[in-house]
Amino acid sequence: MNGTPKRDNYDVVVIGAGPAGLAAAATVAEAGLSTLLLDENAGAGGQVWRAITSTPVTERDRLGADYWAGANLVEAVRSSGAEIIQRATVWSLDRNLEVGVSVGGASSFVKARRAILATGALERPFPIPGWTLPGVMTAGAAQTMLKSSGLVPDGRTVIAGQGPLLWLLAAQILRLGGRIDRILDTTERRNYFAALPHAFAFATSPYFAKGLALMREVRAKVPVVTGVSELAAAGDGQLATVTYKAGSRRETIPAELLLLHQGVVPNVNLAMAAAIEHRWDDVQLCWSPVLDHDGNTSVDGIAIAGDGAGIGGAESAIVRGRIAARAAVEALAPASAAKLAPMATYRASLAKAERGRAFLDTLFRPARQFRIPSGDTIVCRCEEVTAKDILDAVAIGATGPNQLKAYRRSGMGPCQGRLCGLTVTELMAQARGKTPQEIGYYRLRAPVKPITLAELAAVPKTESDVQAVVRG
Amino acid sequence: MTKLADAIIVGGGIHGCSTALHMCLAGMKPVLIEKDYAGRHASGVNAGGVRQLARHVAEIPLSIRSMGIWERIEGLVDDACGFESHGQVLVAENDAEFDACRARVAELNALGFTHEELIDGPELRRLVPAVAESCPGGVVSRRDGAADPARTTTAFRRKAAALGATVREGVAATNIRKQDGLWQVDVGADTYAAPVLVNAAGAWAGRIAADLGEPVPVETVAPMLMITSRVPHFIDPVVILRGRKLSFKQFANGTVLIGGGHLATPDQDRNETVLDWRSLAISARTVFELFPVMRSATIVRAWAGIEARTRDELPVLGPSARHPGLYHQFGFSLHGFQLGPGAGAVMTELIANGGTQTRIGDLSIDRFHPSTPWNPR
Repeated sequence: MNGTPKRDNYDVVVIGAGPAGLAAAATVAEAGLSTLLLDENAGAGGQVWRAITSTPVTERDRLGADYWAGANLVEAVRSSGAEIIQRATVWSLDRNLEVGVSVGGASSFVKARRAILATGALERPFPIPGWTLPGVMTAGAAQTMLKSSGLVPDGRTVIAGQGPLLWLLAAQILRLGGRIDRILDTTERRNYFAALPHAFAFATSPYFAKGLALMREVRAKVPVVTGVSELAAAGDGQLATVTYKAGSRRETIPAELLLLHQGVVPNVNLAMAAAIEHRWDDVQLCWSPVLDHDGNTSVDGIAIAGDGAGIGGAESAIVRGRIAARAAVEALAPASAAKLAPMATYRASLAKAERGRAFLDTLFRPARQFRIPSGDTIVCRCEEVTAKDILDAVAIGATGPNQLKAYRRSGMGPCQGRLCGLTVTELMAQARGKTPQEIGYYRLRAPVKPITLAELAAVPKTESDVQAVVRG
Repeated sequence: MTKLADAIIVGGGIHGCSTALHMCLAGMKPVLIEKDYAGRHASGVNAGGVRQLARHVAEIPLSIRSMGIWERIEGLVDDACGFESHGQVLVAENDAEFDACRARVAELNALGFTHEELIDGPELRRLVPAVAESCPGGVVSRRDGAADPARTTTAFRRKAAALGATVREGVAATNIRKQDGLWQVDVGADTYAAPVLVNAAGAWAGRIAADLGEPVPVETVAPMLMITSRVPHFIDPVVILRGRKLSFKQFANGTVLIGGGHLATPDQDRNETVLDWRSLAISARTVFELFPVMRSATIVRAWAGIEARTRDELPVLGPSARHPGLYHQFGFSLHGFQLGPGAGAVMTELIANGGTQTRIGDLSIDRFHPSTPWNPR
């Protein structure tokens, strides 16, 4: 299951083995196309089903039934004939559908006739004062430790933010015997009213009952403060306290660990580096790729499925993976498409899986003050650029994130703006009275994940290079 | 509505911005038109080399003129532009290359140029301690250095605007024509008219020249660069190789820029480039051999800027051979950044005074049109 790709060319290369990528790879391979599934993690499953084949957590109810559903899909891909490579980091993809991939410290290139990106989501930045202190981490990072190593917090722990994943993580920590001292819920009160028109659809969605049960389970064990409108972490070189304001009440509480989470956004890094067109999504407040109804992007031959195509959750990701896969089969081997379920069936499943999404998007729309920082709050942690630094640059002529690089090094450090990009766009949009679409985003480029110089130096030479040397 | 200006400059790279600034200093009111934003292409994303070293003799006078401006850049644009002068060193990797270096320096000395100095092995290793023992020597140009290209181009644009230049960004110049004795250019709903038009449109300049009946053998290219993570400080000067395509520079923050002229595939109409990783791998191998200390550094980003390269790899700088009032300033062929400050000053002298003391005759457009008579009408 590991090693470098066996061939130079594949009909379809699928990038990412979460719900969308697993479904896409299984579907194209079942139709008989040569399929390569590349995934960065040690095992398939993505974030939702992280470590599904290896987790030390054996008591199934602690991680929930949805988690274990992933195992079936992994099995389907394994028996489909698709070549699967784990610990494979895709660091380049271009308009020629050439994929640069690093496996075990060695890089190679494969050519695809079609590529399906299933690179999922990233946590939205949560830039509050003190968020870069040791002791402050994202809820997603905590969940990764929990799923892959069974590690849960045992010191004074505060969870702050909002969204379904926050409640899921809290429940998982508690079930595994971890400690949570308080939950600070930042959901804006007015969002409840705004979400009301979508409540009926949500009540009939699969999320409704599960969500309510999770929140009830957590509230029974942990004090929850709602309507939190200000949040700051503080400490001398290490987190010591969390200060918040809820209504008119302000309180400072001691904490050793602060877990922050305010939802997820599409991971657009590879897609943007491949020059795929994106637009600002005013509902989900993030960049999303411009796609047709089969998931095809502005670049010929590249489709996107799953949360990378716009946040929709695991159920929707599976179906979107199958739709993109069927479209690839129709394009490359139309006769084989008959082996698959009709497109109409997938579209009906998608409509069902998407029910309730509008409610969640509206209810958990993060508040402006938690997306757009001010003053000395760090925006770009690689280069330690503050909100004030960026506003100062705007005042003397910086018009967008790329132009900002002529004034500040934000976005030029090791993460290349992948952690601060959304914050910078919204901050500059607010300062200049423009829309995020007008302000734009960092021009992302390969390598999407850093590779060492030695690894690049060892890239196999092409046949023409070798011949040129032989001829002298 | 038609707006009058003293000059219309098409292209907001380092060249257009420098010409705009120098025109303002000469009392003119230019309008600068940039279809994207100043420094969007090659001028903002090049290696930032401020180099007199290893230039073609035809452009050395301009390069020397420019160097003088670089050394007082902060006084000119109110920004230090990240300019640092630690010299540039050309490394000979074997005796044959070293012999060629010796001949080159002798040739320059005979022409009266003294900025390039031959250095032996010990001096090479004093300047570039990390270089492989096998290199016999090289050439140094001690006043050379490097600057931050985006910051520099932006600073020229900002100072030009502060001194009264009109800067139009985000809309392309279209319908370039001569009408009623003036150059007229449409910018969105506006029209600008001026007695002087400067074609400084970089990769897009060849089309403008051709549309005005003055085609130049020029192609669009996109030289690639890579930047690494921070590594401990080990080198001050910029290093280039005599025999292989490599330029190499460590910044004060420890990151290392690797260039040298391997090309990406440009897509000028999309404002895009597709990188050629197999060529970048060649650069990586060269660095791997020459500087072992770099082997575990990570590549953080690779990119390419779109620019114009002429058939003889020399710029086109000076008046049109066909149209009075038209001036060309393009085709800098991968080495135009250092020349920008000087070229703007020279261009302004040509336009405002009708001539310049800096020898640029070999860069004239009529070298491509030997039969075209200069017809001042």
